[in-house]
Amino acid sequence: MSSEATRVVVTGFGAFSPLGADAPTTWQGMLDGRSGIGVLDGEEFADLPVRIAGRAAVEPTEVLERVQARKLDRSAQFAMIAAREAWQSAGTPDSEPERRGVVMATGIGGLTTLLAQYDNLREKGPRRVSPLTVPMLMPNGPAGAIGIELGARAGVHVPVSACASGAEAIASGFEMIRSGRADVVVAGGTEAAIHPLPLAAFANMMALSRRNDEPTRASRPFDKARDGFVLSEGSAALALESLESAQRRGATVYAEVLGHGMSNDAHHIAQPQPEGRGIRDALTSALTRTGIDPKDVRHINAHATSTPLGDDAEALAIRSVLGDDAADRLVVTAPKSLFGHLLGAAGAIESMATVLALHHRVVPPTINLDDPDDDVQLDVATEPRELPAGRIVAFNNAFGFGGANVVVAFASYEDQQGAG
Amino acid sequence: MAVSEQEILDGLGDIVNEVAGVSKEDVQLDKSFTEDLDIDSLSMVEVVVAAEEKFGVKIPDDDVKNLRTVQDAVNYIKQAS
Repeated sequence: MSSEATRVVVTGFGAFSPLGADAPTTWQGMLDGRSGIGVLDGEEFADLPVRIAGRAAVEPTEVLERVQARKLDRSAQFAMIAAREAWQSAGTPDSEPERRGVVMATGIGGLTTLLAQYDNLREKGPRRVSPLTVPMLMPNGPAGAIGIELGARAGVHVPVSACASGAEAIASGFEMIRSGRADVVVAGGTEAAIHPLPLAAFANMMALSRRNDEPTRASRPFDKARDGFVLSEGSAALALESLESAQRRGATVYAEVLGHGMSNDAHHIAQPQPEGRGIRDALTSALTRTGIDPKDVRHINAHATSTPLGDDAEALAIRSVLGDDAADRLVVTAPKSLFGHLLGAAGAIESMATVLALHHRVVPPTINLDDPDDDVQLDVATEPRELPAGRIVAFNNAFGFGGANVVVAFASYEDQQGAG
Repeated sequence: MAVSEQEILDGLGDIVNEVAGVSKEDVQLDKSFTEDLDIDSLSMVEVVVAAEEKFGVKIPDDDVKNLRTVQDAVNYIKQAS
């Protein structure tokens, strides 16, 4: 092995989201500025203060084989579909099983299984609690199922850091390859928490938008009239691979993963530190650990959930680290305006969007930004925006309850660069 | 008794099909649950609980390990019902 650090690239991706049942449909929906948010019309939602959410565009049971689907929690169903697509789109890498890994994050785990089985216990008694309850509710259920499917024997891991989980999974997958544990890792996140309990709980934290009458306009990051995030569900996964492995088998490389920066606010369990101190630390760490020139950062896929406090703190931190003139050279987008907040899958689907933005040299738009908050002072794309040619860097930001801050740094990749 | 061997076999066929996706016609008396019908130990519990409900019998956990083949299960249910 050479003394140079192993380079890690993205060779495939998959998604199952409110915008579509696969990555190409999801990406096209983003470019079209389509909202994936709708009204929850079930009787169980009728009494809730929040009755809007971003449901997966397609029911996973329409995609998966019936017997497999019934053994998987909804979050694992999503993850299985996204991971399979990522593996297929990478061209089913021929790596040794001992050199294959999976990192599939979740914020919450098999919540709807847990609640349904508790109902079974109370209504029908202990004998009727499914023997599949534990493997379905455990947070590593999705990752474990994918590990079996792909024969991934290098390791199967599950970072849990609330809404930063998906980005932490990409960072973990990167580390598995860079540290020499694996050649190929399917890394992503999944969440299936649209249920009256989390909706009531998030609503009582004053975290959710109450714009029930205008679901497609409810998620409005960086807008003056934003009033909280919109809960969504889905999964996304990237196929991460050592550059050497990708080149050996002639795989298409969509972008390079340069590294990441992480920090913690150590401030409040659920509220952002108002000056964005922890975000600043994570952005600075991403720059220093990767040796990126801040001027090369031309795009940021923001965490921006559409909460009053969080969006301002993020904007402040971006300007503080990348310069008050950041708006002159980097384009920001806030995709939660489109598909809502996928919690533990957010950092994964948004990392995928960051990779595709670099690959296609186009930033998908932010919608509902009718009246930008005066404190933001960033160049937020409201139409698809072209990115410049040449080697450029993009960040995906993801932050979570518990104070977690994760920034994943990607660079555009062109074949001739690999030869150098 | 009320339930015939054929009715029990039919019922088990439906249950195994639901749990493991094995076609009902393949659920024959001489078949082993684990070796022939793709039923692991967790799925076997699902089969047993579904059979208890369908045939109104009790199959204690200690007896489940003796139900190796479909014939074993049919005999047990027939005798218990």
